[in-house]
Amino acid sequence: MVTSTTALELAPRPGRPGRARAFVGRLRSGDEIAYLITWAFAASVLLITCLIVYELWDKSALPRHKFGLHFLVTSVWDPVFEQFGALPFIYGTLVTSALALLIAVPLGVGAAIFLAELAPPRISDALSFVIELLAAVPSVIYGLIGIFVMVPLLRKYVEVPLHGAFGYLPLFKGPVMGVGFLAAGVVLAVMIVPFILSISREVLLSVPVDQREAALALGATKWESTWKVVVPYARSGIMGSIFLALARALGETMAVTMVIGNNPQVAASLFAPGYSIAAVIANEFTEATSDMYVQALIELGLVLFAVTIVINALARILILTTAGRGTAH
Amino acid sequence: MTKRSLKQMATAVAFGLILVAGLISRPRPSSPAPAVPADRLQINAAGATFPYPIYSKWFDEYHKMHPDLEINYQSIGSGGGIRQLQSGTVDFGASDMPLKDEQLGQFKVKPLHFPTVMGAVVPTYNVPGVTGDLKFTQKALAGIFMGKITKWNDPEIANANSGAKLPGDDIVVVHRSEGSGTTFIWTDFLSKADPDWKAKVGSNSSVNWPVGLGGKGNEGVSGLVQQTPNSIGYVELIYAIQNHMHYGLVQNAAGVFLKADLAGVTAAAAAAAKSMPDDFRVSITDAPGKNAYPISSFTWLLIPSSFSDAAKRDAITGFLRWMLKEGQQYTEALSYAPLPKEVVAKEMKAISKIK
Amino acid sequence: MGMRTVWRKAVNILMFSLTGLATLFTIALLFFILGYLLWYGGRSVSWNFFTKLPTPVGETGGGMANAIVGSGKLLLLAALIGVPVGFLGGVYLAEFGGGTFSFLVRYTADLLNGIPSIVMGIFAYTVVVLPMRHFSALAGGLALAVMLVPIVLRSTEQFLRAVPVPLREGALALGASKWRAVATVVVPAGFRGIATGILLSLARVAGETAPLLFTSFSNRFWAPGWDQPIASLPVMIYTYALSPYEDWHRQAWAAGLVLLALVFIITTGSRIILSLGFQSSRSG
Repeated sequence: MVTSTTALELAPRPGRPGRARAFVGRLRSGDEIAYLITWAFAASVLLITCLIVYELWDKSALPRHKFGLHFLVTSVWDPVFEQFGALPFIYGTLVTSALALLIAVPLGVGAAIFLAELAPPRISDALSFVIELLAAVPSVIYGLIGIFVMVPLLRKYVEVPLHGAFGYLPLFKGPVMGVGFLAAGVVLAVMIVPFILSISREVLLSVPVDQREAALALGATKWESTWKVVVPYARSGIMGSIFLALARALGETMAVTMVIGNNPQVAASLFAPGYSIAAVIANEFTEATSDMYVQALIELGLVLFAVTIVINALARILILTTAGRGTAH
Repeated sequence: MTKRSLKQMATAVAFGLILVAGLISRPRPSSPAPAVPADRLQINAAGATFPYPIYSKWFDEYHKMHPDLEINYQSIGSGGGIRQLQSGTVDFGASDMPLKDEQLGQFKVKPLHFPTVMGAVVPTYNVPGVTGDLKFTQKALAGIFMGKITKWNDPEIANANSGAKLPGDDIVVVHRSEGSGTTFIWTDFLSKADPDWKAKVGSNSSVNWPVGLGGKGNEGVSGLVQQTPNSIGYVELIYAIQNHMHYGLVQNAAGVFLKADLAGVTAAAAAAAKSMPDDFRVSITDAPGKNAYPISSFTWLLIPSSFSDAAKRDAITGFLRWMLKEGQQYTEALSYAPLPKEVVAKEMKAISKIK
Repeated sequence: MGMRTVWRKAVNILMFSLTGLATLFTIALLFFILGYLLWYGGRSVSWNFFTKLPTPVGETGGGMANAIVGSGKLLLLAALIGVPVGFLGGVYLAEFGGGTFSFLVRYTADLLNGIPSIVMGIFAYTVVVLPMRHFSALAGGLALAVMLVPIVLRSTEQFLRAVPVPLREGALALGASKWRAVATVVVPAGFRGIATGILLSLARVAGETAPLLFTSFSNRFWAPGWDQPIASLPVMIYTYALSPYEDWHRQAWAAGLVLLALVFIITTGSRIILSLGFQSSRSG
């Protein structure tokens, strides 16, 4: 930042009349106005964010006062008797995101390792561009394909066999419907794989070459050098990408609401229908008939907001840590 | 903080406030957008999905007759219609559930109920291997939707269907995920059919469903039943017909198994037509008589009792008059029963109540 | 070569094959998605789809002309509101920034970026729809604009900072005031990257459905002006996909294809612009 103002600050600071003349000079040359205008727009970003937080907090006052922290652990969602509890939605959001991570992390990190360590750079770049296109696909299109393609396939080839073989386990109990926690988890997994992949790949590529070469010189196979040296080095960056993908999965609305079954319940079975915070807001917001009902939904939005903020912050810290280590060595 | 930076901050804050004020004050509802004919009127409405097929037909036909009037109706469910009318974000609403007195009290401008058509709610199912029509007793339906009856070959179902080959698979229940008048009609019927249901679940536009998947709108429930084997859901008759879905016969109060049709719905409304209250709020589920289809209902447009915009009021009352006369001709093709003559006459008089 | 070495070499091949499979699988997913959309959507795209309005429920022959135009209008509005804020804010951060204020702005921009889009919808509902007592294109455009801002801001700052120092000092040495230097030299130099950022933000926001559900709502007709509900491609896809009507399903696929094509073209186009820019600046 020093460089851009070097020219102006070369002269020693003048006295009062000199400063006033300089101010008028800047005013006339338009610099002061430019500064103020751009400052104002930058400040508006702060303003908007504060406004969002304020609105979420203020417009959820009724349920906050009535239920307090109980809101987070009650599982009754009864608009008729105005008893609202967030537990089924928090549960659904967490379960589907966890499932998604379970599937997406091995896929994403595995493919990132391949692209960073083994693939020739041209192919690696081309393929990673293709995978970034996956990240650009809108959520509603994932939902569309989810309903008409993925859910029937999942039901026929995965859920029915699993239910047949392991139906006595609580994890696979219950009628097989196609939609449900598992379907939502799978769709989310497909949506977050590109994020894990592209960030992990970049992080792996930023590991200094001498780390790899040192391992290979000691007689390690390429895999051993990768798995035991490079990946641990990049560990916090990869963790960061996982957190980022988690934050994205938590907030996903459309694809989830189209395949999760829309039933607010806490159920152990993967095949059971469930609900997520974003999905219930999307479904019930326009028809929440009483103020308490609307505000309960807004409070759910507040919970989601808070959780994604925390996870995003953790992600940034983790990613920055790897970058720092990379350049320090 | 130096004086100069204080001044800068003050100027910037003032600038920011002016900018924000400008942005917020820009939309003035009364100012027309450029390049749009001044007499073009767009009216926004939202509500029930139960009558959506006939409403969308009506609004389309009416628009063809009055090209400068567009009635934009969004089917988001009766609950949505009621809420948006309450917030004032739509000009009128639609609901299959008559508003209770407490609900009416929450409106700044009291809405008036205008019945439009009568329809039937049917149990639609998708059971592989079952091609004929299943018969459902009242207890069977209550049991299925309460989660007490879990398999298709349960005696309560099997005994009424001696010819059918029912699988031993689990029943997948599908209900509405949002506030729905159709849910009200269905649960109203179930409450009359089964005291256990009435005690544990009750009847309303949105209930605490013991089991099942939630679909959005009549459309969503039909879609889910279509896609999910061994499922059963409740939808308005036309949705099952238009999509070639199986729907079962329901046992009425007189013990007769009836398949939903216009005659059955009209018979169910016969008694109510004679004794229709002035505010048109009435329930015709589980009506007496051997020909009455037990899950029938009126559906209503919720029109505010007074308008600030005279053009909108006249457009809407004009539509209402057309709907009660010529509009009724379109109902049968879409499997809705036209309103009884007595009700039409009463409504024509009630239109004058709209200020 | 002992047994251990053989084992290690075998593990080497196995693990890398697995990772290769993972890569293949992920690529295959993309092609599946594209394939299905091209197959189902391609069959349903028709002249009617692009030119007609929706028909009554159950009748065929309708189209999504109003939704296509509606999405365009919403994007335009979002860009009109969001791009200046992001761009000028980014200019501030790059040219005048440094210190706690800039740190706060960057931090909140990151925050904004991470907020789920449904929460943006709630915000736009409470701030625009309720006071206006109307669903409107304006509310939808605002929700989308707020999502645009962080992306445009960060990329503007990034590409302005990347403009080489000699370029800046040269302009100042020639006697230009600071703002002239920025406006006439620095910004044009970083323009390609900034344009890429804007295009990518538009691509991201074009497919958003959740913030539109209760802000711009939907409309079966053309939406005049900015204060009426307006149809949009993503919302129509959602509504039609959930329905039981075959015709609506087909239209949903067609709309999905159109939407995806739009997003892909913008994303790929912006990358091409960016790489062209780097090539020319390297040779220049």
